[in-house]
Amino acid sequence: MDTEGPEIEGIERVDNDIWQVPLGYKPGMRVPGRIYLSDKLFTNLEKEAVDQVANVATLPGIQKFSMAMPDAHVGYGFPIGGVAAFDAEEGIISPGGVGFDINCGVRLIRSNLEKSDVDGKVNNLLDSLFKAVPSGVGSKSRIRASESELEEIFTNGSRWAVEEGYGVEADLTHCEGEGCIEGGDPSQVSAKAHKRGRPQLGTLGSGNHFLELQYVDEIYDPVAAEAFNLKQGQLTFMVHCGSRGAGHQVCTDHLRNLTRAVEKYKIDLPDKQLACAPAQSEEAQAYFGAMASAANYAWTNRQIIMHHCREVFGQQMNMDADELGLDLVYDVAHNVAKLEEHDVDGGKKQVYVHRKGATRSFPAGHPDVPKAYRAVGQPVLIPGSMGTPSYVLCGKQSAMDVSFGSACHGAGRVMSRSGAKHTFRGEQIQKDLSGQGISVRAAHPSVIAEEAPGVYKSSSEVVDVVDRLGIAGKVAKLMPLGVVKG
Amino acid sequence: MKKYEYLEHTADARFKAFGATAEEAFANAAEAMFNVMIDTSGINPQITEYIELQAPDLENLLVDWLSELLYLFEVNMVVFSSFEVFDIEKKGDEYLLSAKAEGEPLDLEKHIFDTEVKAVTYNDLGVQITSQGVTVRTTVDT
Repeated sequence: MDTEGPEIEGIERVDNDIWQVPLGYKPGMRVPGRIYLSDKLFTNLEKEAVDQVANVATLPGIQKFSMAMPDAHVGYGFPIGGVAAFDAEEGIISPGGVGFDINCGVRLIRSNLEKSDVDGKVNNLLDSLFKAVPSGVGSKSRIRASESELEEIFTNGSRWAVEEGYGVEADLTHCEGEGCIEGGDPSQVSAKAHKRGRPQLGTLGSGNHFLELQYVDEIYDPVAAEAFNLKQGQLTFMVHCGSRGAGHQVCTDHLRNLTRAVEKYKIDLPDKQLACAPAQSEEAQAYFGAMASAANYAWTNRQIIMHHCREVFGQQMNMDADELGLDLVYDVAHNVAKLEEHDVDGGKKQVYVHRKGATRSFPAGHPDVPKAYRAVGQPVLIPGSMGTPSYVLCGKQSAMDVSFGSACHGAGRVMSRSGAKHTFRGEQIQKDLSGQGISVRAAHPSVIAEEAPGVYKSSSEVVDVVDRLGIAGKVAKLMPLGVVKG
Repeated sequence: MKKYEYLEHTADARFKAFGATAEEAFANAAEAMFNVMIDTSGINPQITEYIELQAPDLENLLVDWLSELLYLFEVNMVVFSSFEVFDIEKKGDEYLLSAKAEGEPLDLEKHIFDTEVKAVTYNDLGVQITSQGVTVRTTVDT
């Protein structure tokens, strides 16, 4: 097909890798849309995703642009890969800009080991990890948090886990927001969300969630890599999961509340999933308190999973924590709304930045970047899909100008789960990956088919776009050795 | 008459469910949703959950009905396969639903899950009532 001109009528190319959805593409747009795509990624762009970018642009108080990152694809409400900032006074807060899996995210753990240290041991490691971390539908935690502990988790996030012995202080200082969004309000988390959350703490979940054993294959930015303590050939480990049923229920409950608020505040919406309320209204602040609580649960969840993985490594490698050096490099949230300060029209402004399937990408010098990384920018972690590379990037200054300090979050799907199951057989994918030296464990082969590398865009292509735009810079490429699928 | 059909969606699962009445269409939507997760044909119903809900309109009622079933599945660990909506009626400003769902206890040895349904969305949501019957349309987050 001709990739020079827009395939979807009405979209304009305004620069290399930047496509504009102009005002008037849909009635009621307050700002234009911006979609960041290479020519190649443009060929996978769905019209429905463009419509969703335009829908978001109609929301009150939106600043500059309704944006979609290069991994964008159709979601509901916001597209996946959608980013939008709303004035903290005049704007809105919407669960449709966060999603059901609140603070679904990724953490990267480095080690003192090299790839060669696990030669012949990968299968045993994976089997032990698969046992140690409950995964799949219906899996239950071995941790029995009391009601008051759960409230503490909803309020303070990962700190609870570290204080309970599931980690060390450095895990907090190397985590986005130190594993907590301030303003978590357990009183806004329903009894139902509590009931779903309690038995699932420390569980992986299913679908695209995974644990992945990797090694550093290539370093692009030696200075940032040194700051992140990453070296070529080094063994690393990645955890991808979210807030489980607690987060899903928080979103369900408040979405219901906010659909009523839409009528009360007379907000005209093109999609019911964009239900929202004025940022300072009781309804929006109630959602924000509950959303922050679910985000805090998710960080605690990933913290506990990492702890169990460290134990497995210790046992399997017969090494203590100091020898293993399984330090948290960083942890990023994919699905959250945050109150942040940004430069808008020459002045500083408080905005609620919604990132749905997008990663924060703050540059060097930003006070919210951990001290250890402040000279280079925060780590931005972009997981691949089974068999494809993952990337570590660092936040860059352009992100503050171009995308409210945001970058992509992954590769982005191009095929439905049902389409994937018709196209691929899990057993075959498992065999093919094994031929490439990548072992996979999953509750059922159909999960492997649904998540086959071929259902995703190229993570390399997606990462190259954010690198070229200067919103995050490539630091290292990680190749998979083994994957545990939820 | 076909009970339900799945529609293409890149990330999630979207379906239409049909019925001569709203009650039948809602019950078929529940079956469609559980069949996204698991083949329900092998489930032997032994547990019954009775459900009563109210919502301001039929669309919200549909979301609430499916969301409640997901909640009961996850918390009570019951895999549902059989659904009967006794009544959907409008009372004042609210729509009321009374129903039952039957299933068996979750057994990870026996039950092979395809895809976990996380939640029911409001995206592309619809309840259409014509002289031919009722069609409901919904997208669930997987």
